Amino acid sequence: MAKAAKPPKPEEITKTLDYRKTPKGPWIDTKVEFRPGMYCYGTRPKYLEEVDMPNPREWSTSDEDWKLPENWKEIFLEGMEDRLRKHRSFRLFMDICVRCGACADKCHFYIGTGDPKNMPVLRAELLRSIYRRYFTTGGKLLKRTAGARELTEEVFKELWYYAYQCTECRRCSVFCPYGIDTAEITIMVRELVNLLGCNTDWIMGPVANCYHKGNHLGLEPHTIQSNIEMMCDDIEEITGIRIEPTFNRKGAEILFVTPSGDLFAVPGVYTAMGYLMLFHELGLDYTWSTYASEGGNFGFFTSLEMAKRLYYKVYAEAERLGVKFIIGGECGHMWRLWHQYLATFWKPPENLETPKSPITGTVFEHASASKVVHVVEFTADLIRHGKLKLDPSRNDHLRVTFHDSCNTSRGMGFFEEPRYVIKNVCNHFYEMPENTIREKTFCCGSGSGLNASENMELRMRGGLPRANAVRYVHEKYGVNMLANVCAIDRAALPTLMQYWVPGVEVCGVHELVGNALVMTGEKKRTMDLRLEPLPGFEEEEEEEE
Amino acid sequence: MGVWFSFWVVVGLILVALIGAGLLNLSVIFGVVFPYLALVVFLVGLIYRVVQWGKTPVPFHIPTTCGQQKSLSWIKYSKLESPATGWEVFLRMFLEVVAFRSLFRNLRTEMGPGFRPVYGSSKWLWLGGIAFHYSFLIVFLRHLRFFTQPPSKLVSIIDSFDGFLQIGHPHLQLTGVVLFFAALYLFLRRLYIPQVRYISLPADYFPLLLIMGIAGSGILMRYFIKTDITKVKELTMGLATFHPKVPEGIGVIFYVHIFLVSVLFAYFPFSKLVHLGGVFLSPTRNLANNSRMKRHINPWDYPVKVHTYEEYEEEFREKMKMAGIPVEKDIEEEETEEKEQEEKE
Repeated sequence: MAKAAKPPKPEEITKTLDYRKTPKGPWIDTKVEFRPGMYCYGTRPKYLEEVDMPNPREWSTSDEDWKLPENWKEIFLEGMEDRLRKHRSFRLFMDICVRCGACADKCHFYIGTGDPKNMPVLRAELLRSIYRRYFTTGGKLLKRTAGARELTEEVFKELWYYAYQCTECRRCSVFCPYGIDTAEITIMVRELVNLLGCNTDWIMGPVANCYHKGNHLGLEPHTIQSNIEMMCDDIEEITGIRIEPTFNRKGAEILFVTPSGDLFAVPGVYTAMGYLMLFHELGLDYTWSTYASEGGNFGFFTSLEMAKRLYYKVYAEAERLGVKFIIGGECGHMWRLWHQYLATFWKPPENLETPKSPITGTVFEHASASKVVHVVEFTADLIRHGKLKLDPSRNDHLRVTFHDSCNTSRGMGFFEEPRYVIKNVCNHFYEMPENTIREKTFCCGSGSGLNASENMELRMRGGLPRANAVRYVHEKYGVNMLANVCAIDRAALPTLMQYWVPGVEVCGVHELVGNALVMTGEKKRTMDLRLEPLPGFEEEEEEEE
Repeated sequence: MGVWFSFWVVVGLILVALIGAGLLNLSVIFGVVFPYLALVVFLVGLIYRVVQWGKTPVPFHIPTTCGQQKSLSWIKYSKLESPATGWEVFLRMFLEVVAFRSLFRNLRTEMGPGFRPVYGSSKWLWLGGIAFHYSFLIVFLRHLRFFTQPPSKLVSIIDSFDGFLQIGHPHLQLTGVVLFFAALYLFLRRLYIPQVRYISLPADYFPLLLIMGIAGSGILMRYFIKTDITKVKELTMGLATFHPKVPEGIGVIFYVHIFLVSVLFAYFPFSKLVHLGGVFLSPTRNLANNSRMKRHINPWDYPVKVHTYEEYEEEFREKMKMAGIPVEKDIEEEETEEKEQEEKE
């Protein structure tokens, strides 16, 4: 394996970006160059074997020979034909693009790399040229004149390279006059390369883990429990209240599922502490599950079938435990899937009911079919009904801005709920510039399974537009906290901030809730959830000194 | 890539009509056979495409949400950008088709001061697109007067509005000129915007040049190289009533015009121009954002291999028990069961 290259300095990246410049010669003749730092390592065979996926073998993306099976071309083209028949989006988006260029400068990877093959239109053309050559009469006859090209190993590698430089964020599809969604095309390319065993290690590892152990990180049941108990220790230290959550408990009213990243890594754990404190304060009859212990789904970055296989656990566990509905934690692609795919993948079991808040009595009609409620929707409803005692001044040392995650924005329409919650638990909230938030939000640059470390330059480049907007509010309003509702954001944005905007930290919305939440019987708070002293709430003894 | 190729193809097509209809006097071929053929190819081809898309399933519910979802009753949701009902989807689609709403959002990314990208409003493509498509639509409708006798009221009204400036004789009709210049604008932006030039194919230049040829030959015919309009109408009415006849003495410019139109019609179903039909079928735009309210069914859904709870517990039962996590099946229970089983046997 090639050694991970260190990303260049920030100014080395920005100074070389020139959107007016295009490479010499037509793109069709420009060969793909695998630049270290811009791609992830190929998957180890064991992961593929663990979930019965094709072509497990030792290989490396930097190798000349990817060890594709002899009939790889046939497999690829047959796979493509099959998908053209099964997905209207795929066939339509192959056919109707007029190459108007409206999408060209909307992609964060294009803005951060200046590589024209990262323009959504051209990313799609990489595959469209194959489509023309093998599936249209014009392309078969006129070949290159019709914009068609042969599928060669070189071309296959190019498709791979750029399918893993797309985070499926859908920003381009907002601007496309026909709604062409590059995510749909990237999803198809990734399915096709997976037919030949060409996934990345960073995606395939979590997939195999999640399949067998229930979560991406491979946390075993007792580890999940002890991680959460450690959080409870911290909560006790902060509030004086001992929380005793339950696991795999039958007969609970609610099953709570969140991305496993929040059980393991900073700053995600602080968000999980926020959930624990909130649910305890409400006296919610809920349970965690060690079997359905993953809200996220790296299967979605592999194939739709794998996404379906991994999500079997959610409803199956809800059925086994006999809960009434499910609350899902803060996560981006998880909510794109729970909102748009979950109830299509699997039929919600009969024991589930239309979610109804046991605290406020609100019936979540908008989740009447899938029976899944977003924890922020749940909390927003609580605040609206005045059910929470909040002291937003505990977050006064924070100047907060909110990063809309791509998936919840453009695959769900989730904008006001998090803002409502944040504004009720913080006194200082500032929006980033209009063209960089809500449906026009920029990706963190590390979504869709690209948050590895060997592709750091790609991540820093892809995150440039997001970071740039954060820098704007950091400089203008002194923003020092970037709130979000996504586990990948919580994992990826701290690095991005360190690189582009030092001085800005990252948190989940429920960390802010946990800080502001006044719990019954709690001791005077002197620390925030990070166990750092709360400015303005220092221990009295210190003040006396 | 391919500007000159497209240019020479269009020039070639014009020459074919000039030679065929002018020198070789093949007026029946150019005036009757080609138009009929083109129309058949257009209709059959376009219907085939639309039916093919329509028959392809939409396995997942994937609208692109560009506004607030319908969730809690006190949060106002965006009916147009995140439609929750069929009617709201209709409105979203309507504005998409008649007003190019998504394109209206267009922004331009530029490297601003201090090497920081900035995003400014950019409406030129939208404006060019609107001018192009609407003038084309009106020109198309205006031409219906050649195919009905007497011309329908609507067509006459359009005609008189189009010529409201009352310049020259016959009155200058604005849309023909707008069509030509809008197509020219769309063509020139392909040449001069580096990114757009980089992505452009012959299939992008050709239709624009062809349409400029059509608009250009139409304008020439109407204002400069006068053609006998009554004879033209005799021919077109013959086509419309399926009693084709070709009057003598229609200028060759007419045959150039009608031949380019025929080529456009025949080319249509095989090209990107099918976006005309495709835009209505786009699943990111024509679905309501209601997938948690109404279960979307995948018609080709199939069983997949899963990892069940039983398999999971089998692997971790001891660890779960040690941690005090409830299990379905106690090992001791299991052992007694097995013993009982053995005893029975």
